[in-house]
Amino acid sequence: MSNEKEPLFSAKNLKLITGPIGSQNPITTQVLGICSALAVTAKLEPAIVMSISVIAVLVFANLIISLIRNSIPSRIRIIVQLVIVAALVILVDQILKAFAYDVSRQLSVFVGLIITNCIIMGRLEAFALGNKPWPSVLDAVGNGAGYGLILIIVAFFRELFGSGTLTLPGLGELRVIPQVFYDWGYVNNGFMILPPMALIVVGIIIWVQRSRNKELIES
Amino acid sequence: MNKQGNAYTFIYAAVMVVVVAALLAFVSQALKPRQERNEMVAKKIDILQSINVAASSADAEQKYADIIGEHSYIVDFAGNKVEGVAFDVDLAVELRKPAEDRLYPVYEAHLEGGEKKYVLQLRGAGLWGPIWGYVAVNSDGSTIYGATFGHKGETPGLGAEIEKPVFQEQFVGKQIFDQGTFKSIAVVKGGADAEDKFEVDAVSGGTITSKGLENMLSDFFKGYESFLKNLERASHE
Repeated sequence: MSNEKEPLFSAKNLKLITGPIGSQNPITTQVLGICSALAVTAKLEPAIVMSISVIAVLVFANLIISLIRNSIPSRIRIIVQLVIVAALVILVDQILKAFAYDVSRQLSVFVGLIITNCIIMGRLEAFALGNKPWPSVLDAVGNGAGYGLILIIVAFFRELFGSGTLTLPGLGELRVIPQVFYDWGYVNNGFMILPPMALIVVGIIIWVQRSRNKELIES
Repeated sequence: MNKQGNAYTFIYAAVMVVVVAALLAFVSQALKPRQERNEMVAKKIDILQSINVAASSADAEQKYADIIGEHSYIVDFAGNKVEGVAFDVDLAVELRKPAEDRLYPVYEAHLEGGEKKYVLQLRGAGLWGPIWGYVAVNSDGSTIYGATFGHKGETPGLGAEIEKPVFQEQFVGKQIFDQGTFKSIAVVKGGADAEDKFEVDAVSGGTITSKGLENMLSDFFKGYESFLKNLERASHE
């Protein structure tokens, strides 16, 4: 390891952020965190808040684990990671309940389920345990954003075609498909709000991504 | 010290758990008053919504004090008033008792123009967790004036639709009694007849939540039956 000070946003560090948003995306490439992609994407707003919560938890978990990585006894490292993730999730839940009560009512059980999000444990194991704090934070931001991006894309299509609306934080539910369409006989596709359609939308995203990026195709 | 040894591992785990527990206990204590206030305000917003009064977290307390204020009380299964503060009744606790032993809170709303509405509080089980509701009844003891429902963790877009105005507006004008006999309201799949006074449309894709809601309605309307009948009798006098 070199003692030279690396710039904060060196090319290598930037790659930690851009990689997971694009070709190393946790959902579409690594196929992690699918469960929550099914659960919270029927509407746009919960998907956005969920993404922010996951980024927050992931950044702090990666940072803390990275800071104490040399002191963790390897035999109980998974337990240590779980305790820290669980504590962070409880903190997020408590803070939402105190300062954003409406949002916390909407997200309800899903906040607790962040603990089980494979992306978080995956990044702790694969990255934070072996890297310095700053790259770990960048890695967390990148993976969290990559996860959030897919979540928001899926939620956008599911809500648009399933309910004909888009729900944005602070703006409430917006009718996007004009009433004239319904008068002409357009019908919302109720199938879109059922969980299986989330899988199909994720599948389409994976298909589009792989057809544009040949490196991702397994031989 | 050997970082792979048993002693180190034990001490590490113990210290970590104590630190995390202390931190969480501190945060929970510090945020508790705010959270309880939020819950109380949310309950007042729900009650007000059932009588079609829109309130936000900023003005809910004031509106509640104006419209309901001290006019809330507890009734028992026989319809008699019981001692106690209606707002503090925890239906989650009451739900575990047999219907005959429960306490039933009633919030009497005095609307402009002297009209009185009676808000009943309900609670039941959805698919993932508890669901609850407030139903406002006219002074004839049978006609529903408004209803609002809430849930802890129903699926967004599916069961969670019970908290949407579209679903709740269906209840306006429905009847709990069919010419004096207890009937409650059915939540039917595949299109309720809008003219029918005893049924509403279920939430598509939310069958178990809809079923739970229907059970909650009949369970609690049954509990309030004596009270509602007293209301009806009083309205004839």
